[in-house]
Amino acid sequence: MSAEATKNITFPKELLDEVARLTAQYPEGKQKSALLRILHMAQAHFGWLDAPVMDYVARLLHLQPIEVYEVATFYSMYDTKKPGLVKLEVCQTGPCSIEGADKIIRYIEKKLNIKVGETTSDGIFTLKGVECLGACGYAPMLQCGHQYHEHLTEAKVDELIEQYHKNPKANYMEY
Amino acid sequence: MRKLLLDKVDVEGIKSYDVYRREGGYRSVEKALKMSPDEILEEVKTSGLRGRGGAGFPTGLKWSFLAKPEGVPRYLLCNADESEPGTFKDRYLMEKIPHLLIEGMIASSFALGANSSYIYIRGEYMFVMKIVENAIAEAYANGWLGKNIQGSGYDLDLTITCGAGAYICGEETALIESLEGNRGNPRIKPPFPAVEGLWQRPSVVNNVETIAAVVPIINDGGEEYAKIGVGRSTGTKLISASGNIVNPGVYEIDMNMTVEEFIYSDKFLGGIKNGKKLKACVPGGSSVPILPHYLVTKTAKGEDRLMSYEGLADGGFATGSMLGSGGFIVYDEDQCIVRNTYNFTRFYQHESCGQCSPCREGTGWMKKVLHNIETGKGTMDDIDLLWDIQKNIEGNTICPLGDAAAWPVAAAIRHFREEFEWHVTNPELSQTQNYGLVAEKTFEVEPA
Repeated sequence: MSAEATKNITFPKELLDEVARLTAQYPEGKQKSALLRILHMAQAHFGWLDAPVMDYVARLLHLQPIEVYEVATFYSMYDTKKPGLVKLEVCQTGPCSIEGADKIIRYIEKKLNIKVGETTSDGIFTLKGVECLGACGYAPMLQCGHQYHEHLTEAKVDELIEQYHKNPKANYMEY
Repeated sequence: MRKLLLDKVDVEGIKSYDVYRREGGYRSVEKALKMSPDEILEEVKTSGLRGRGGAGFPTGLKWSFLAKPEGVPRYLLCNADESEPGTFKDRYLMEKIPHLLIEGMIASSFALGANSSYIYIRGEYMFVMKIVENAIAEAYANGWLGKNIQGSGYDLDLTITCGAGAYICGEETALIESLEGNRGNPRIKPPFPAVEGLWQRPSVVNNVETIAAVVPIINDGGEEYAKIGVGRSTGTKLISASGNIVNPGVYEIDMNMTVEEFIYSDKFLGGIKNGKKLKACVPGGSSVPILPHYLVTKTAKGEDRLMSYEGLADGGFATGSMLGSGGFIVYDEDQCIVRNTYNFTRFYQHESCGQCSPCREGTGWMKKVLHNIETGKGTMDDIDLLWDIQKNIEGNTICPLGDAAAWPVAAAIRHFREEFEWHVTNPELSQTQNYGLVAEKTFEVEPA
């Protein structure tokens, strides 16, 4: 995020209303319980969780910044480093692995000319290997945004990549 | 067999409140609100229901431990952090028939005297959370949640919230930490959640399927529920089936079924895919011991193995496994056990919260050693080293993740040692070829 953008870190009104709704679900003084969901919102809205975004979330919930940092760095879904616009997260655990996840990963690597963990030079795609996403019976699979794509084949991967290339936000569920 | 949880999943529109209600939904709440909490507890105890998340602890007993100090709120927390590799049944239930979980949450919360309850779902299931959240809104709109439910005077608020990618949050005290907005580090027990749980208040944590099972238990009575199944494995169990089989998916089964029927019947898994032979099976999620083909359908005594808690555990860890979460993973003759063990160990290393040294360091060491063996760089001593590391993790950590990481390694070496040795003695061949089926062998008990 550019220095210019960090100055204006604030949620729009509808997200602030959502913050109010979420924090109201917990007893007085226990509003920190809403932190994980609010971090998901922040990541969806700002793209990733850099320090100024986390500081903003801390202010919203009246927390010390460190309380937000330690949570953001613990959970694997939060990006504390800038990813591409489209994260292709291929499940690589046990059942997916024996049903061909490794081949799918190699195929995407070749197609996008990146390795697992890297982002394409145009900043669109990041490829990640992730651990069990609970889709073992529908393997191999990948997650993109909040969408699961199951029973993957190379042809399906081609289709997905084409679709996301045209419109990186195509399957992105607004928080 | 009559299905108790999934009998209505194919009814069109069952996700919506109107259809669910028309099909007899929320009857258990109507009935429960006319019973006393103790009567409901007795029904659950009579049913013999055991925790469906993996540990199999009797639910009625767990409920009876809940401390009930006067004037102190207590909580029911639903564990929907389904993350055990091989397990996807809770997702299926919540996606297909979300109101069943909500109905179970209301009846169970009433029985426990909770006025606020929470469902904690894994972050990757955000799309499932939206489905359940809609169903919760419908339940509020129709007077099943909120103040004075159906004129009974009972109040309940139900909230769903999510994690953000951490297997460890399926451990109940880590789940509580995460619900409080913290890192998912398990707590030292005691105190148990029944005494000091969410925000230090008495809490019960139950799996999605466990809570859903309370609905038929209240509707039909605990005694009727206990008639299904076998021995101490009462009722029905959801099994998530994956791997090299013809029909992967979620099945609701009577635990009195044989493993043979479950794997080979066309009504269930339909046998091994592509005409291959069965090599091994992990019957209860990645944490439970892997069974070689000759111990999958038969016990060491040569009896038919049953799909029950006791049946799958028959023979202990020497020749048996566990029902666990019901994550049933099947391997055909082409699969490599060393590679699979490395894969699972990488998972546990990734998911270790890092609090306890044996788990934090041990999982990393095992991963490195397994990677060496798998890539043809291992030695015979490495196999003994692996055995030694897993022994030193097991039982030496705050939470069961250490055990969960140790058991798959121990079982793989116990049953497939020749395959590890073959990797060591054939470093080049093992890169291009799999070891194939292990020969029939008589089992020797490992040295203590």
